This record gives sequence, C-alpha cells and structure tokens, in this order.
Amino acid sequence: MLEVRNIQKSFDGMQVLKGVDIDVRKGDVVAILGPSGSGKTTLLRCINFLEQADSGTMTFNGESYRFGHISKQEILKIRKKTAFVFQNYNLFRNKTALQNVTEGLIIARKIPKKQAEEIGRQALEKVGLSDRCGHYPHQLSGGQQQRVAIARAMAANPEIIFFDEPTSALDPELIGEVLAVMRQLADEGMTMLVVTHEINFARNVSSKVIFMEDGSVIESASSSDFFNNPREERTKTFLRTIVGGKAESDVTAESLYKR
Amino acid sequence: MISERLIHILTDSFWKILLPGLTMTIPLTALSFFFALIIAVVTALIQFADIKILKPLARFYIWVIRGTPVLVQLFIIFYGLPNLGIVLPAFPSAVLVFSINEGAYGAETMRAALESVPAGQIEAGYCVGMSWTQVMRRIVLPQAFRTAFPPLSNSLIGLMKETSLASSITVMEMFMSAQKIVARTYEPLALYIEVGLIYLLFSTILTKLQNIGEKKLNSYGYQKG
Repeated sequence: MLEVRNIQKSFDGMQVLKGVDIDVRKGDVVAILGPSGSGKTTLLRCINFLEQADSGTMTFNGESYRFGHISKQEILKIRKKTAFVFQNYNLFRNKTALQNVTEGLIIARKIPKKQAEEIGRQALEKVGLSDRCGHYPHQLSGGQQQRVAIARAMAANPEIIFFDEPTSALDPELIGEVLAVMRQLADEGMTMLVVTHEINFARNVSSKVIFMEDGSVIESASSSDFFNNPREERTKTFLRTIVGGKAESDVTAESLYKR
Repeated sequence: MISERLIHILTDSFWKILLPGLTMTIPLTALSFFFALIIAVVTALIQFADIKILKPLARFYIWVIRGTPVLVQLFIIFYGLPNLGIVLPAFPSAVLVFSINEGAYGAETMRAALESVPAGQIEAGYCVGMSWTQVMRRIVLPQAFRTAFPPLSNSLIGLMKETSLASSITVMEMFMSAQKIVARTYEPLALYIEVGLIYLLFSTILTKLQNIGEKKLNSYGYQKG
C-alpha cells in the first residue's frame, strides 16, 4: 500500500536519509526503531511532506510520486488519506477536543457538521474521552491530549496513520493509556507506521520492525524475527544496549529520561 | 477663581465638545482602525507567507510610514496632493492617513503574533488535510488575534487620541471644537483641561472594553502558551 524507494534528504549538506526503502502493506503495524539522530522522524515527516525530501519515489494507494516533483494538489490528496500523530500532540489550541477531531472533517473533507460531530463523538468515545468533548487542550493532561490527537487521526478514516514518537513527551505514568489506544487501533486492523522508543510496543504490537541508524535501514524484519533472531551485528548491539538485562518496565522509563 | 461665568462656559461647551467627539472623533477612529486592521493583517500575512516581490514592498511600506510623523503625512495628503490635482476632503484624508499609519504599526504587531503561533499548529492543520489558506483562517489567525488583542487595543486607544491631529487639516473634531471655543472665550486652561478629560473618558471606556474582551477570550477557553 505504501512503498518508499531510495528516499534521500540532506540538511545543510548533512545527509540525514541515505536512500531508505520502506514497504507497508495494508494492516501492517510497522515500528521504526533506532537511536536518536538516526533519521526516523525525518523519514516520517518526508513521507507526509512536512519536510521536502531531495529525491526518491513513493507509491501510495497504487499511485506513484517522485519526491521533489510533487504538486500541492497531490500532497493535499495524499494527506486526506493519511493521518499524523505528533510527539507534542499539536492539538489546535483554539479548539475544543471535539472541534479538534471534527475540524479536518468539516473544513478539509467537507463533511456536514452534524455528521462530523457524530464521527467525532464516536472517535473520542473510542479513546475513552467522551466526557471531555468540550474541554480545551490546556485543560487536558498530556496523555488525554495525545488520545484526542489519536481520535483526530482515526476520525479521518485514513488508509494509514503515522505516529512520530507518540509517547516520548509524556510522563511515564501516562504512557500506558496512549499505548493501550494504539494497541486497540492495531487490533482493529489499522495500518500504522510508528516511530518509537517503546521496545515493548515494537515487540508485542507491531508486526514488523525497521531498525535505522545513521540515515540508513540496518535491518527490516518481522517483529518476532527482529527480537529473536536479529541478523545484523548492529541490531544485536542495539538490542543489548536497550534491553541490557534490565527489567522491561524500566526500559521505557529509562529511555525516556535519556532524551 | 472659578467664577460663575467659567462654570457656565464649561457646562455650555461640554456638549459642544462632546458632540463632535461622538460625530467625528469616534467615527474617524473606528473607520481608520477598521481599515488599519485589514491593512495590518494583509501586510503581516504577506510577510509571514514570504511572498516574493510583495514582501519587500511590505517592508518598504512599514519602513516609510513608521519613519515619518503622522502630522507630515496628513499635510502631504491634504495640502500636498492638490499640487498633483488630487483634492481629497478633510475627513477622507484623515481616514486615509490614519488607516495607513496605524496599518503599518498593526502589521508589525500581527506579524509578531503570527510568528508566535507554534509551527506544530500549522503542521497539524496540514496533516488533517487543510490547505494553507484554511490553516491560516481556522487555526493560525484566531490564535494570532488572541495574542495581538492587548497590543492592538493599546493601538486603538493611541489612535483615538491621535485623531486630534486631524484638526490641523481642518477636520472639525473634538480638539478643534475646543480651540474654537477658546478663541471666543479666552479660557484656554479650563477648556483644554475639559477636552483632555473627555479624551480621558473615551480612553477609559475603551480600556474597559479591552478588559471585557480579554475576559471573554479567556473564558472562551484558549489560553496563551
């Protein structure tokens, strides 16, 4: 469904993406792992055109595009079939939780307001926030804000949802509620591409793992192969440093504080 | 010291000053501020969107207008333009100058307010499928207006007081009315204090309105930061 070939991106002469390939099939939950600065986030932002990649091609929903040669209309069209969940939630500060969910439906997709609100309420109910419809973002906790952001993403009925480190800005005790919602989405068959530091999520929820380092994909495998039989030496080193004999519950907290 | 005559002059002149205040100063302020806001938003958006050719023009406009006195601008439009065969009546001239002048200052306020909206808000708008125009209209401008509301309110109060300069191009507003009464009665101290107090009354009302407006924006839920 989503194929990215040889995507390249440089910032001020520094090559951040050195020709990365990605394949996502319908229903896949793909976790992108890798140390900070490996280009994971840039990759995700390039695929949704928040950054402009220098070169490469992309096939999405059977249509091919060349990075750097794509029109505004094409970008708009792709974005109406995708959704993006940010590390910092980025809820619209001047809108209530419900309005955050319905805004894109009413304004961009021209869905009638009543119908959009119906969809919005359902989406908020799904993430357990039906009692927070009228709250503004600053009245919600980080975990609640991120759940609204996920509701906003799924309400658009996208083909794929991109997650950019969705739990990295959260207090440790709030991570669980967000991961639970993501897990539920995955169980329902939503296609997801998730940049994350949550090893447990990659291990238990995702079907496929892509390990990136230094702007390249080091290893790409099914989740069980990746954790049980890593092929590459660098993957093994990475897994050792991350799991390193510690209790798994500590891993998420510790990787969070390192950031 | 305060004779019966003076009290009579003051009470008699109060309405004679207040009336042009209501019929001239306030319309002049309101019209100028309305057009200034439009100019400010357009000029700020041109800079924010980094539109080629137009952006240097916007900077040039702000540079010239902020760098020259309003009084000089009034004189150029009202006394100068007739040399080119362009004769504008006093009131429209004043509206024109105050709109352009206030627009330049307002543009800088709006630009700063637009830049204070986090980039993530714009990206989130794009990601739910909105176009640039939709993101500006629905997400960025409402937030920028919230930020710009206090400084713009200050500008409005400043503009209201500044309209007294229109007397120099024969607009019969409050200050000019006071001057005329002074010329007749030779009581400059009392009358100029009186007109000053009426300006103070107007500013006080505007300040109150500003406070109400800010409260309303806060109860609307959105807080800065």
